[in-house]
Amino acid sequence: MRIIVAGCGKVGWTITEELSREGHDIAVIDIRPKVIEAITNSFDVLGVVGNAASFNVQKEAGIDRADLLIAVTDADEENMLTCLIAKKAAGCRTVARVRNPVYTEEIGFIKEELGLSMIINPELAAAGEIASLLRFPSAIDIDSFARGRLSLLKFVIPEGSPLDRCAVKDIRKSIKADVLICTDERNGEVVIPDGHFVLQAKDKASIVATPDNARAFFDHIGLEQHRIRSCIIIGGGTIAYYLMRALRGTGIHVTVIEQDEARCRYLSEQYPQADIICGDGTNERLLQEEGIAAADSFVALTGIDETNIFLTLYAKNASKAKSVVKVGHVGYRDILETMDLGSIVDPKSLTAERIISFVRAMQNSIGSNVETLYRLIEGKVEALEFAIQEGSPVVGPQLSELRTKKGVLVAAINRGGNGKILIPNGQSTIQVGDRVVVVTTHSGFRDIKDILE
Amino acid sequence: MNNKMILYILSIILKLEAAFLLLPALTGLIYREREWAAYFGAAVLCLAAGFLMSRKKPEDTTFFTKEGFVIVALSWIIMSVFGALPFVFSRDIPNYTDALFEMISGFTTTGASVLDNIDLVSHAGRMWRSFSHWIGGMGVIVFMLAILPSSGANMRLMRAESPGPSVGKLVPKVKQTAGILYQIYIVLTLIEIVLLLVSGMPVFDAVTISFGTAGTGGFSARASGFEEYTILQQGIVTVFMILFGVNFNAYYLLLAKKWKDAFQIEEIRWYLGIIAAAVVMIAINTRHLYPTAFLSFHHAAFQVGSIITTTGFATADFNLWPELSKTILVTLMFIGACAGSTGGGLKVARMIILVKSVRLDLFRAIHPRGVKTLKMDGKSLDEETVRGVSAYFVTYIVLFILSNLILSFNGLDPVTNFTAVTANFNNIGPGLSLVGPMGNFGMMPWYAKYTLMFDMLAGRLELYPMMMLFIPAIWRKR
Repeated sequence: MRIIVAGCGKVGWTITEELSREGHDIAVIDIRPKVIEAITNSFDVLGVVGNAASFNVQKEAGIDRADLLIAVTDADEENMLTCLIAKKAAGCRTVARVRNPVYTEEIGFIKEELGLSMIINPELAAAGEIASLLRFPSAIDIDSFARGRLSLLKFVIPEGSPLDRCAVKDIRKSIKADVLICTDERNGEVVIPDGHFVLQAKDKASIVATPDNARAFFDHIGLEQHRIRSCIIIGGGTIAYYLMRALRGTGIHVTVIEQDEARCRYLSEQYPQADIICGDGTNERLLQEEGIAAADSFVALTGIDETNIFLTLYAKNASKAKSVVKVGHVGYRDILETMDLGSIVDPKSLTAERIISFVRAMQNSIGSNVETLYRLIEGKVEALEFAIQEGSPVVGPQLSELRTKKGVLVAAINRGGNGKILIPNGQSTIQVGDRVVVVTTHSGFRDIKDILE
Repeated sequence: MNNKMILYILSIILKLEAAFLLLPALTGLIYREREWAAYFGAAVLCLAAGFLMSRKKPEDTTFFTKEGFVIVALSWIIMSVFGALPFVFSRDIPNYTDALFEMISGFTTTGASVLDNIDLVSHAGRMWRSFSHWIGGMGVIVFMLAILPSSGANMRLMRAESPGPSVGKLVPKVKQTAGILYQIYIVLTLIEIVLLLVSGMPVFDAVTISFGTAGTGGFSARASGFEEYTILQQGIVTVFMILFGVNFNAYYLLLAKKWKDAFQIEEIRWYLGIIAAAVVMIAINTRHLYPTAFLSFHHAAFQVGSIITTTGFATADFNLWPELSKTILVTLMFIGACAGSTGGGLKVARMIILVKSVRLDLFRAIHPRGVKTLKMDGKSLDEETVRGVSAYFVTYIVLFILSNLILSFNGLDPVTNFTAVTANFNNIGPGLSLVGPMGNFGMMPWYAKYTLMFDMLAGRLELYPMMMLFIPAIWRKR
């Protein structure tokens, strides 16, 4: 595809790196000549220096032939204007990063009126990710798809769990939960298990399930020993704001420690039920006073990475809380992984990741009937959502009678417009109009019939 | 330094050269010359050496700007070293130093020859000489980039080989950019061949002359140069020489139907302006030498086109022209063609930037608090580009003076030596006096020849790649 990336900050840089490696034709626009020089020296892309919202600059970057424009400059207004101009001038699809909460409130209206294909808010995305990690503290990784109605949760099978030495086909008998084991990672190898596959303790397994089913499943296998009921957040910035909103109504009690008094007052107006503490979050006494020892979860969201990391290490030491740490620096990820910090959330990588999966899905939807596509477990597994059309060879027979390829699993069926999710078994059938989620270790599927031998 | 990657790319270059060598071998077969075997043998040798140097792609394919420079410089050297072999094998040019000089002169599109009478050279040899112009004109690395799968670092290679102060891309991918450049190049060359054939030129001459024009090289097809061709044929060549001296970006803009942008490129306006002014002055200055005003205009146009694009063809022995005309021609030698064309010299773009920065300095002297920015094509130039051009100019002058000093050991007259360096450094070919259009470089001693070979390569590759080879830090292991 022909893609224009406007703005080459961390997000723009990551997107460019990833997409140019995948072979797209990319033009980048930035106002800083030095940045353009560096990025064109690093990747095989066309660089244009200028204001991305200028039509002439866009023309120079080849907007008239572009399929997609991604606006990720610092300024929300510039991003929206850039997308609006691109949309009106060339009719290409547009993606904008918009982070100001004021705009986020009316995001649907903006998206509709400006004709944007996607709006990404890094802080909102990060808050969503943190919230789902807190909802499933036992999961190490959560991807959600089918517009949030389905989640793919990765977890480690605990010792002594009913899953240990259990064949996949027997799971439904022993555990009354409607879930499907999608992938199993053992010694770095990923397999899509069939009915005869036997699970072992310490495997990293993943399931596809609706959030309610997932919770029941975790209860049954002995993972969900305690639900998180309290959360301490250090730093009351935008992510904290969105996180509190996401946690509203989940029964998790939130305590926020923030230094700035005006900010504290604002947060307390917005979230009267939360405890807003005005103080220094790095103060050990204050943390103890607010009950860090008894907290179920701890989220470090200050603006300084080092402080966040240090705070998390302290929290790990002082309590059994599930910890989530926000890190803004893209580098040194490998070292952080070795530090046992719990879950690491990086809003910028997350933004880039979301945009990249949007691009992949868009590319897949050209000339195929793939609705969405996700790459999971470091790209080793793909989850695809297909729309089933009239005359498809998978319609009719029971799933157990379909001769599917090895490493293919029909993980969920979304039937009808009401968003009802079916977790299929061998007797299930696929009908016209269904949306089917397929999990596979193959790549490049373009039609549902590709799953057959 | 990523030595394995350098070796790998050099091996690709040699394999490409093996393919290129098949054209002269085929020519030899067509003309039933036994020399074809020498060219075919050299092709086999290149292929064997290419396979020997690297069997599989290295794992670490990253390289940086310095590797880009070194790869380009070494590629051109190794290509010339191997390309000179068939001249010796076939006894077309028995002496290896002479053969190497001829080869480098060919690849760098200089067109300076050591040969007295090229009619004695086989058709295969003459085809290889002219074909080397065509290969060197757009560049072998650019050719490689056009046919090889692209990778991120390739832009460094393209920048290192392509002429001009700032090399940009036409489309997002290097591979496609290189492909577009070569398509334009091939189509223009074919048009010239067809036009020359229609005008009645023999096939061999039409092809070799077109190769020489396209690469702005200057090796001619026969000893008599252009004298035996008709005015029309000379006219066609004049037009095409000037066309090949134009920045190829302009042709891309024309293809993309961006007429306005194409005609607004400042460099091309200056380029055409300089040509017009020089033609008028020389036509008036040489009016008394020719029977009609048309003829003096015709010869002035041919010579100006030939010299400013650094081709170096000659319809007339301009050595015999009045001093003013000769001085104008030598001045044009330094200016050279447009950046992004196949021509050599300092490049019109650099001259514009230099002139503008001098004007800016004068403005600042008059108004110490004045604020003014340098602009080109309506865009302001950043300080880095301007500084780069000034540094390039200084390096150019220093290398020029040093080469001139070394050459003067040969005891020939200063005009010969000065114009010899000028003609080789700027990739033109003929100079004045003993190395004029009717002379050759055969009488130069060996050290002068090697100095001129270095100058040709440095001139074609825009100085830095060749100079990089002499920096010890480059060769240290990283």
